Amino acid sequence: MTQDAKTINITLKVWRQKGPGVKGKLETYQVNNISTHMSFLEMLDVVNEDLAVNGKEPIEFDNDCREGICGMCGAVVNGAAHGPGKGMTLCQLHMRKFQNGDTIVVEPWRARAFPIVKDLIVDRSALDRIIQAGGYVSINAGGAPDGNAVPIPQEIAEKAMDAAACIGCGACVAACPNASAMLFVSAKVSQLALLPQGKPEAAKRALTMLRQMDDCGFGNCSNERECEAVCPKEISITNIARLNREYLKAGFFSEFK
Amino acid sequence: MNWLFRTLGASIGKKLMMALTGLSFIGFLLAHLAGNLTIYGGNDLFNAYAEHLHALGPVLTVMEWGLLTLAMVHVITGLTLFYQNLQARPSRYQVTKWNGGRTAGSATMPYTGIIILAFVVIHLFNFHFVNKEGTTIFQIVTETFANPLYVMMYAAAMVIVGLHVSHGFWSLFQTVGANHPKYMPAIQILGLFLSLVLGMGFGFIPVYLSFMA
Repeated sequence: MTQDAKTINITLKVWRQKGPGVKGKLETYQVNNISTHMSFLEMLDVVNEDLAVNGKEPIEFDNDCREGICGMCGAVVNGAAHGPGKGMTLCQLHMRKFQNGDTIVVEPWRARAFPIVKDLIVDRSALDRIIQAGGYVSINAGGAPDGNAVPIPQEIAEKAMDAAACIGCGACVAACPNASAMLFVSAKVSQLALLPQGKPEAAKRALTMLRQMDDCGFGNCSNERECEAVCPKEISITNIARLNREYLKAGFFSEFK
Repeated sequence: MNWLFRTLGASIGKKLMMALTGLSFIGFLLAHLAGNLTIYGGNDLFNAYAEHLHALGPVLTVMEWGLLTLAMVHVITGLTLFYQNLQARPSRYQVTKWNGGRTAGSATMPYTGIIILAFVVIHLFNFHFVNKEGTTIFQIVTETFANPLYVMMYAAAMVIVGLHVSHGFWSLFQTVGANHPKYMPAIQILGLFLSLVLGMGFGFIPVYLSFMA
């Protein structure tokens, strides 16, 4: 890991859009002397400082923790959500992934359910509405049970944890050719459906969350698998199969309509 | 019954209808292929097969209407999904890239589907809605494939059917929730095998007949 820092010059094409519903376009910036040790967001910071000094509007982009766990950042870089590099968010992407002289196109997540707020920022509150529709446990689970009183096999706990790794960044929607949120919904349904605390409400949850997803204007999953390819938490589409099972079970065999 | 429409009308419900009708068509195609292979036995065997099939009478009619119903469900649901999925991303990306999930089959599903629909209509007018008096089905088929244009069209259509099945088969198992590390690799291999069998099995018949003519 003792890679020497070098500097590269890149041509950046960034989607600039003043606000929701306004026509946007790609703008080109020549960016020089970027250290390959910088993260992608740090590179954008450098560009923004330069823009600010020259009295121009900086590029707006979402970010928070910058350590790959909060789910705030994200943009489509050269056609890939969160850019090149597997299992990482945009803030964890480093400029060493790029070559001197590269042209890098940066666009926001594009989906009807994710309206653009400004530049690279999109409104992802549709994902919150899906969680509000049923992504919780509302039964009274009582006090904490004694250790090992509720046996949960380790493999099941691992599966639930793998699903719970979802940070809700929206890359699955951005990468899906149909702008479907199935990987997100499947992770949120799975993490609860796998565990005893989530089971009592599993049927109702599968129905309400899926209907909310449809109402938000996301597309329909057609098993293209682009979502799992870009997911920074590498969430598997076996979760989507589980959501399909949970939904069909709930739709045809439960009391809920 | 309201719950039924509600369940089937949601995104996963529509996918379920695509999966089940799709699986039925794979069953139909295998039976159709098995019947068609009798053409390698020559004039008598092929005509005998057709005669036996038509001897089913009303049973055959029921099956034909059943197929038509399944086709309507598959086509209407498929077009609805296609339209909704286009609507879900009103502004497209300036740069698009396949990131390792899509395949030639998965990326072209709606288009191969529409081409197959057009092909089926032509196919029915070639061999089904045709005056069969004073001739045999073997004669009609061989005469049609004496025309190289039909040979090329049919062979190309079968490649497209193979492409459609290559994504459709494993995808339908995923849709009904049957994705498991133990058997999913086998399903995916079987899907590719099936698409090759269907594509080449059907596709070679017109080529063979044109060489025989």
